[in-house]
Amino acid sequence: MSEAIRVPTMAEYMAEGKQPEVLFWVGCAGSFDDRAKKITKAFVKLLHSANVDFAVLGTEESCTGDPAKRAGNEFLFQMQAVTNIEVMNAYEIKTVVTACPHCFNTLKNEYPVLGGEYKVMHHTQFLKSLLDEGRLTVEGGKFKGKRITFHDPCYLGRANNVYEAPRDLLRRLEVELIEMKRCKKNGLCCGAGGAQMFKEPESGNKDVNIERTEDAIETKPDIIAAGCPFCNTMMTDGVKNKEKEESIEVLDVAELIANAQDL
Amino acid sequence: MHYIPNILFVLILIAGIGYFIKNIRKVIRNIRLGKDVDRSNNKSERFKNMAMIALGQSKMVRRPISGVLHIVVYLGFIIINIEVLEIIIDGVFGTHRIFAFLGGLYNFLIASFEILAFLVFIGVVVFWMRRNVIKIKRFWNSEMKGWPKNDGNLILYFEMVLMTLFLVMNASDLQLQALGAEHYIKAGSYPISQFISPLFNGMSENALIIIERGAWWLHILGILVFLNYLYFSKHLHILLAFPNTYYGDLKPKGQLDNLEAVTNEVKLMMDPNADPFAVPEDDQTQGEPEKFGASDVMDLNWAQLLNAYTCTECGRCTSECPANQTGKKLSPRKIMMDTRDRLKEVGDNIDENGSFVDDGKQLLNDYITAEELWACTSCNACVEACPVSISPLSIIIDMRRYLVMEESAAPSDLNNMMSNIENNGAPWPFNQMDRMNWSNE
Repeated sequence: MSEAIRVPTMAEYMAEGKQPEVLFWVGCAGSFDDRAKKITKAFVKLLHSANVDFAVLGTEESCTGDPAKRAGNEFLFQMQAVTNIEVMNAYEIKTVVTACPHCFNTLKNEYPVLGGEYKVMHHTQFLKSLLDEGRLTVEGGKFKGKRITFHDPCYLGRANNVYEAPRDLLRRLEVELIEMKRCKKNGLCCGAGGAQMFKEPESGNKDVNIERTEDAIETKPDIIAAGCPFCNTMMTDGVKNKEKEESIEVLDVAELIANAQDL
Repeated sequence: MHYIPNILFVLILIAGIGYFIKNIRKVIRNIRLGKDVDRSNNKSERFKNMAMIALGQSKMVRRPISGVLHIVVYLGFIIINIEVLEIIIDGVFGTHRIFAFLGGLYNFLIASFEILAFLVFIGVVVFWMRRNVIKIKRFWNSEMKGWPKNDGNLILYFEMVLMTLFLVMNASDLQLQALGAEHYIKAGSYPISQFISPLFNGMSENALIIIERGAWWLHILGILVFLNYLYFSKHLHILLAFPNTYYGDLKPKGQLDNLEAVTNEVKLMMDPNADPFAVPEDDQTQGEPEKFGASDVMDLNWAQLLNAYTCTECGRCTSECPANQTGKKLSPRKIMMDTRDRLKEVGDNIDENGSFVDDGKQLLNDYITAEELWACTSCNACVEACPVSISPLSIIIDMRRYLVMEESAAPSDLNNMMSNIENNGAPWPFNQMDRMNWSNE
């Protein structure tokens, strides 16, 4: 994954006097985290293959403020939110898609009251709509018949009741979709939410990601599918901790679809 | 002389209900110590939630065993109250089984009360065994030691005794009806107490009357004592579950509330026309500046305080909490119990002093420690698990807000994360200008 891909920015669109169909909100993990960048690229490839007219904010994007808000720093959150809203409103953004459920939740639920009202979609929802419109093909390819379990991100599932879009996409990959004993509404957190990603856990007898990885391993999967860059990190670490990285891959739903087609 | 039992009954009834009302008014006053929050929107959705969640017990049955048993006890509790109505009328007017004129319907009612009473008894025994014999983990967490444990068992004993008294009353009544005793008219159908009744075979009419009257009086006295016990126990949920589910948060679970006080400050900071040297306009702004977040119960809103009184310590939240499951100190149930205990303490302080006098204590540190608050992943498992729409998460977030915005007491890792966001717009120390680098890597 070391080839450059074409990623238009909002500034470029503006210069041409055009408006893209959708803004792709990359998010901090998607921009800077080495693992999450692969998800970002996979998603961009899918957008290209479906001929979606999209743009990113690029260097004009800034943290949504989610980890600050969850940590209790409402000031910092609102400063970030107001700044981002100013940028997005200046570009007259209508629709936003993001591959991060934390960005998704914050943009969708916490920005409107501060003046940022957009139609916000998680990338699995957006890909599902492309699939339904016949713009995107999803086929099994090398994943056909593999055992896959989907880990529900809290901020997509319980927080916003999105359970089916990622599963619908996975089913189209003709894989064997197996559920963990705790899934959907009862899904267990990976341990990263609420700003935990950025600090050491309090003392206890286990790390949350290990507990969750054990749930996943119980289903004897070939692949653990995730829909969140932070869950992805936590589950990847968990799989390594259990020394299962040879037999279990942790992949984002977008990566699965893109890799299946060798994009 | 003839009216003495009636007068005594009326006096006891007035005292019992009066004391209960007095304490309920305290509960309402304490809840109103909370800050205002608007929960007046979407009335139809709110009624629907109350009907489904509280009346319909929809979330209880997510755990089928305790859910079904709870429905039995709950239905028994509600339906047997029709019998209590008859007992009260009989008690006031000195009548006996005043509803007997209903004939076949009366037989049906009494029969169903008896069956329900029996099922309630069985259900309560199973509940007791789950707590004390099977020792289900969520009833043995550290916050359940001492009073909370005894409280849970005491409620079960109360219900066992009340159901037994009800059935003994009917059994002796059945004997008296068979003897043709005066007042004891032939009425009712006794599918359960007919099996208890043989225990009283061969007893004199007087002895039977003493047993019947004894059970009747103890039963109604027991109900009044139980009613007044609610205030001192976790058991208020039988009443508060209804308003609590009605006033529950309707927003998506992921949405935290917006602090308006902060919005005003942020707007002022971002306003290019704001005069940084402006003198505050009036006395209003001279007053004590608003506290950000919560360090004590008065900083929480009334819906959060209603949550605290509604919690019946079932522990479903704690058993679903990822932090608790992995041995961290955080227990969402303890957050609710601590909030309620502190609120009661503040209420008692007001009763004693007329208004709240600083007692050198607060919810933060004296009840809930920062270590508990920082262990939360904000995953909403506790909120999802609660059968009566309580949100421990909203209290955790409000207390984190106090720690961070008033005390700058975040864990140092989080301080680093926040200064990164402030300086370069990402939680990690990467340059804002490198945000697009991924596209050519």
